[in-house]
Amino acid sequence: MSWKNSFWFIVWRQIRRNKLAMASLVIIIFYTVIAIAVAMGWIAAHPNQRVAMPYEAPSLQHPLGADVHGRDIFTQVIYGTRIAMGVGLITSIIAIPIGVVLGCIAGYFGGWVDECIVWLYSTVAAIPGLLLIMALSLVFGRGLTGMYVSIGLATWVSLCRLIRGETLKLKNQEFVQAAQVIGVSRRMIIARHIVPNIMHLVIIYFALQFVFAIKTEVILSYIGIGVQDKPSWGLIIQQAQNRLFMGDWYGFAGATVAMFLIVLALNLFSDGLRDASDPKFKV
Amino acid sequence: MIGYIVRRLLYTIPLVLGVALIIFIIFHVVTPSPAYMLLGRSATAEDIALMERQLGLHRPLPVQFVDFLRQIVTFDYGYSFQTHEPIGEIIKRGLIPSLFLTVPAFFGGTLLGILLGIVCAFFHNSIVDKGIVALSVMGMSISSLALILIGQYFLAFHWNIFPISGYEPGFSAVRYLLLPWLIWISMAVGSDVRFYRTVMMNEIRQDYVRTAYAKGLPTRLVLFRHVLANALIPIITRVVIALPFLYTGSLLLENFFAIPGLGNLQVGAILHNDWPVIKAVTMVGALLYIGANLASDILYAFVDPRVQLK
Repeated sequence: MSWKNSFWFIVWRQIRRNKLAMASLVIIIFYTVIAIAVAMGWIAAHPNQRVAMPYEAPSLQHPLGADVHGRDIFTQVIYGTRIAMGVGLITSIIAIPIGVVLGCIAGYFGGWVDECIVWLYSTVAAIPGLLLIMALSLVFGRGLTGMYVSIGLATWVSLCRLIRGETLKLKNQEFVQAAQVIGVSRRMIIARHIVPNIMHLVIIYFALQFVFAIKTEVILSYIGIGVQDKPSWGLIIQQAQNRLFMGDWYGFAGATVAMFLIVLALNLFSDGLRDASDPKFKV
Repeated sequence: MIGYIVRRLLYTIPLVLGVALIIFIIFHVVTPSPAYMLLGRSATAEDIALMERQLGLHRPLPVQFVDFLRQIVTFDYGYSFQTHEPIGEIIKRGLIPSLFLTVPAFFGGTLLGILLGIVCAFFHNSIVDKGIVALSVMGMSISSLALILIGQYFLAFHWNIFPISGYEPGFSAVRYLLLPWLIWISMAVGSDVRFYRTVMMNEIRQDYVRTAYAKGLPTRLVLFRHVLANALIPIITRVVIALPFLYTGSLLLENFFAIPGLGNLQVGAILHNDWPVIKAVTMVGALLYIGANLASDILYAFVDPRVQLK
């Protein structure tokens, strides 16, 4: 059967044997389910509600204790999952189309179009990432929306560069040249022959973009230009910072472990995906 | 060689103009006028017009852009909204603590990364290799905030090995910088090891390595004279590309350890809407990046003469 020889089936068969990557996939799905449940309002619907005494110690009811306003920290960590996954997803939705479209166009058309796009991404790449994100957040305002757009607009460059290089390679391969000879339009060649062959790069990038976005969200929220009125792992860590020196480490540990697990899973999964889709291993 | 350098120099001109244009668009076209930020909500239209006139923002955009280009060339970025000091001075003052924090830490981390990378490549797939890789992935996954707080809590607060925070000008700063250096290295070394491990593994598989062993060279010489020399190009690329980022220090480390560098300056400027400072720090950062890229391309040409042909 033809689908058994398809690229994605081979990748899947490879990655299924990789126990670490599969465990990571389970963690990623688990976080996604939690994020969806929070977004739908099924769990952690009122993270800012006062439910305990300020700085209440952990108990069965409040496993990570309460913060200065008597809010349950465990609920906040759960809610932070939605913020983190949301930042990863939405910044990818902004960055990936820009990177893929510009990368394919630059690589396939070449000439002055290529030069313009290379100039554009070299220019954006020349501005140090965090500085660009901070400057952009001045434009789009503090808060979630500003953060989505700033991180999204600052991170398409590496993907674009990667896709352009890959498209340049694919352009000279026989199946693309055959399509050109029989008169397939350029748009169709890019859509049917180029894009499917770069999808594995996009997925690896997607995982790494998630990692970058989650880490950046935490830093921006900690500094004070990220999430404003919702709980986020960065804000939880920021609030827990002073309590830490009084021996009250639960909130800090909760947010840190939550973040560590998902970032570790994404790193390991993208590694597994890279190994599985690397042509060297495909023989 | 000279032709190559000149061509490469000319190519930086559109790049600098592009960066200037993007930063100009961010700050002069799409951001709400800084006059609002300075004067607050209760300002009247006349106040705002007057303030814009003082800041030169009433002029046509092309004139403002040329003025911005002049600022870039003369390193005269105007005055801070917050402290009314010349921004050029502020940047120069913040640069020393930032570099003092980042340069030794960066080179320490890179050296450690290269060494561990060689060890991993040499003992490929052994327990040593797997252990180092596992630690690296874990190090890459932990939040830098958490690393800083854990380091500060245990090493400085609990066990009292280092001062908790602070800074002194001159060499006595070392006392305060030891812990930030240590934390920087543990933050950076994970991805460094993985990168250099891949580089070294690609080299170790090459034929020249087998030849070197075959003619009886000891392992030490094979690794350090042949493999390392051939891996120099990816190493230079990674080092040089990272160099400009050293100039803002690490925003977080400077913030936590109260080091008066550019990272701290930038965070303060963002929180106080100190618009000219943010603009200047961003622009100088981009210029350094372009300069470093230029330097790395010229360095390549020295390391590998084939580069010039492209």
